[in-house]
Parts: sequence; C-alpha cells; structure tokens
Amino acid sequence: MALEPAITDLEQLKTHPSVARLVAWNRAAVKGAKFDRDEISIYLERSLIRETCMLLRDDEDCPFNYLADVTCVDWFPSEPRFEVVYHLLSIPKKERVRLKVRLEGDSPALDSVTSVWPSANYFEREVFDLFGVRFAGHPYLRRLLMPEDWEGYPLRKDYPVEGYR
Amino acid sequence: MILNMGPHHPSTHGVLRLILEIDGENIVRIMPDIGYLHTGIEKTCEAKFYQQVVPLTDRIDYLCPLTNNLCYVLAVERLLGLEIPPKAQWMRVLLNELTRINSHLVWLGTHALDIGAMTVFLYCFREREDILRLFEMVSGQRMMTSYFRVGGLALEPPLGFFERVRDFARHFPANVDEYENLLTGNPIWAMRTKGVARITADDAVALGASGPTLRGSGVDFDLRRDMPYSGYQNFKFKVPVSQDGDVFARYACRVAEMRESIAMVQQALDGMPQGPIKAVAPKVILPDREMMKTQMEALIYHFKIITEGFAVPAGEVYQAVESPRGEMGYYIVSDGTAKPYRVHMRAACLANLQLLPTMCEGRLLADVVAAIGSIDIVLGEIDR
Repeated sequence: MALEPAITDLEQLKTHPSVARLVAWNRAAVKGAKFDRDEISIYLERSLIRETCMLLRDDEDCPFNYLADVTCVDWFPSEPRFEVVYHLLSIPKKERVRLKVRLEGDSPALDSVTSVWPSANYFEREVFDLFGVRFAGHPYLRRLLMPEDWEGYPLRKDYPVEGYR
Repeated sequence: MILNMGPHHPSTHGVLRLILEIDGENIVRIMPDIGYLHTGIEKTCEAKFYQQVVPLTDRIDYLCPLTNNLCYVLAVERLLGLEIPPKAQWMRVLLNELTRINSHLVWLGTHALDIGAMTVFLYCFREREDILRLFEMVSGQRMMTSYFRVGGLALEPPLGFFERVRDFARHFPANVDEYENLLTGNPIWAMRTKGVARITADDAVALGASGPTLRGSGVDFDLRRDMPYSGYQNFKFKVPVSQDGDVFARYACRVAEMRESIAMVQQALDGMPQGPIKAVAPKVILPDREMMKTQMEALIYHFKIITEGFAVPAGEVYQAVESPRGEMGYYIVSDGTAKPYRVHMRAACLANLQLLPTMCEGRLLADVVAAIGSIDIVLGEIDR
C-alpha cells in the first residue's frame, strides 16, 4: 500500500459528490479541496460555514447528519494561523467528509454550528478553551476543561509544553 | 434548590461534577462540569516521537487501552502507508474484542452496583480478572498494555496464550447467562431501568451519541461492520440494536455485545493465520534482537529509530474505531517530521455526556445515577 500523492486540484475533485454539491450551490463557499489517503477535505469560506453545514446536513443524496468532531490546528507562526477542522459522518451513507476553515491569528472567530448539530456544543467549547477561537452564536461559550480563571490557551503552539512558570 | 453532585461521588465513575437544579425530587436542570482529570495529553503528544505516543494512549481510556492503542497505530500506519500482516491484524481484533468484554464487565458491575445490585459486581470482576491475566500474559501489563506498535505487535504472543483464551471463551457464555439470570428478569432491575432516561434516535444522532448508547435508541450503526478496519470485514457478527432508548435498552445492547464479542474471539482463534507479526519497514519498525547482533544495518536502524524516531510523510488522517463506548477517533496531522504536529482524540464519552441533560431533565433525582451508568462514561477519556 504505497502512498498516492494528494490531489489538490478543485476541477479534478468536482467528481466527488459533496464537493460538486457545494460548488454548484455557491462557488465562493469552496476555497479549495484535497483528496489524500482516501479522505476528502474541503476548505470553506469562513463567513458561510453555518449555511454550508446546513446544506450538507440536509443534502438528499448523502445527508451528513452526524458531526463526529470539531477541532483546531495551530500553524503558528504562519498566517492564516488557525485551521478549524470539522469531521462529518453520514450514518445512512457511511461516508465521511472533513471541512476546514482558516482563521487569522488575531482574535480568531467564526460562526458556531450548534444550531446545525447540537453536538457541536462541547466540541466548540473545547476548541475555545484550548485554542481561544471564539464561536459566535454559541449558547454557552465557557472554558470546558481548564479552570475558569486560566490564562492562555494551552494547545497553541506558542504555549510551552511544561506551561508557564 | 441547587445541588452539587460530585466531583467525588461513587456513582460518577471518576471525577464528574454535576450541578443539579432540583424542585423537590425532580430535576429541573442539569449541568455537567468536567475537566478534573485534564492532563493535557494532546499537548504532550506533540512533544513525543510517534512511537512514544503509544503508552500515552493507554491512559486516555483506562478501561479499554488496547482499543486506543489500535486506533492510534492505525492512524499512523495510514499516514505512513504501511501494510500490516494478517496475523497482527487478527491478534488486534482478538485483543480488541477481549478489551470490549473487559470494559463492559466493569461497566455492568459498577452500573448494577449503583442501582443496588451488589452481587453482579463480584461476578463481573471475577471474569474481568481472567481477561486481565490474559493481557498480562501477552503484554506484561494488566491494564496499561501498550501492546500494539506502529507496524504490528510488540511481541509474539507467548506459548500457551491461545489455549488460555480458548478456555476463557469456553466458559464465558455461561457467565453471561449468570449475569442475565441476576438482572434481566429481575423486577427491581426492570423498575429502575425500563422507561428511565429515554432518548429518541433523532436526539441521539443530533447530540453526537455513538456506540451502544446510539444503538440502544434504534440507530443501527457500528463502525466495525459499516466502515471496517483492521480486518473486521473477515468476521461474522451481529450488531445488537434496541428500539426503546432507555437504560434497559442500553443494558440489553451491551450484554448482547459481550456475547457477540466472545463469538468473535472464537472466530479469531479458529482462523488465526500464521506468519510475521510486523510489517516490512526497517526504517519504522525496530529490528529483532537477533538481527541486531548479526547485521550492521539492523543495528543502525535501531539506533536511529530510538534516537531520532521515524519521519512520517506530511498529511493528515482521521481514523475512527468502535470502542466499547462508541466512536473513538484519532485525528493526526503530520508536518513530515518525527513528532506529530497535532494529535486530537475524538472521545466518545465527551459526546455521550451531552445526552445527560436531555435524558434526565424533568425526571427523578434517583434516575440520574441510572442514566450516568447507562452512558458508560470514563472521565479519563472525557478530560484527556
């Protein structure tokens, strides 16, 4: 099982149903896509994340009715620094798709998807807690794992592994 | 009235704190407060070589360490593009199903104890001990096994291991009958569990439930069957589903799962292939000691893997497995170096815990204990 090179050409990836669906809906929403190691990632426009998720959830052919996970990757010191990553699962079709939104380093924020999948509640709180990404429209955006009065965001790359002393 | 339940409460299986707003004995609002066991494992992983992360994964969900080992190594193997020999895959399935039984036994014992059935606990821990001895035999450790390695297994299973597993598989179905004799037809058990902490299929999917918690609400989805990994497509098994969505339905699902798991252990024993237990990848997998004494390359590779780790081609992978609690997922991002750039664990329990308010609000305080038990949480996995 040798590794195949990743496909990043959007034109080539339009054969993938979820990419095709999103491009047909709003070309501006899709900023790129990547097919690597049998997994599809779609880069999305930040301001349209909620609408895009709604669309994928209610898709008739392949409804992504289950939000498996939300997390974040910090690419410090390059910009845009943060990448918020959503893993969606379609229980009826047994398909997965990964959505990504890139955010700038100073006061990163985007819309919450808790109104699309209520399960996003804890996942987004965790991302807020550990990366400091704010989710607009989240019902209860408080720290989840760290103490309320904790300073800093531990999973950022500029936060030392052993903590501040 | 606002009441604090936990963080040190025997029925919360760890350090879960619940803030309960109650009106008499009825729950008005329930607010889980977590984070007491947060140890920053995800951050620690970023400072370790890929092979050094394996022992950390044991400590996330300490009731099913082998499932976590498996999920992590599968993700790294996909990043590397490694092909795993059949014997290693079958051993992984065998040990994972034993782990599932082990985890369900702890769950059943403590859940029954919470609701007031003491005897079941003693019975369950008797069989759990047998499984832990098997783990000790194969890996040298009872709980923190770290037995799977990137590319295969740590060691060849010892002589006599398969006979011991066969013995266990022979007597275990009768043990499950014993537990069921104590509980399934028991009117007190039925009163405490039937119709309690109901959750509909739609709510369960929307709130991110997985595993037996999801299947107890009638959603027929199991990653082992529907998105197979590590050779699960070679095994025949039924996925138990219950329609009621209450505590009893989840109990019934898990007990039926134990029976399926032991049948799969039997299949794995009967069909265990012969051959190597490690893939062929000298730059990734440590060589045998014998080769190190006779071949210079083997010695060099050994030195390099230990001191520098092995580089993993840049990319990212999300690998999910069906843990005893639901969808356990590892999202690993590699930047091409020997240390993972980011490791994220998708904890099944964290998502399952979100169901608790929907299950309990408007019901009696005593049902909270039954509800917590029925979603089978492990706080180590929730807090990481």
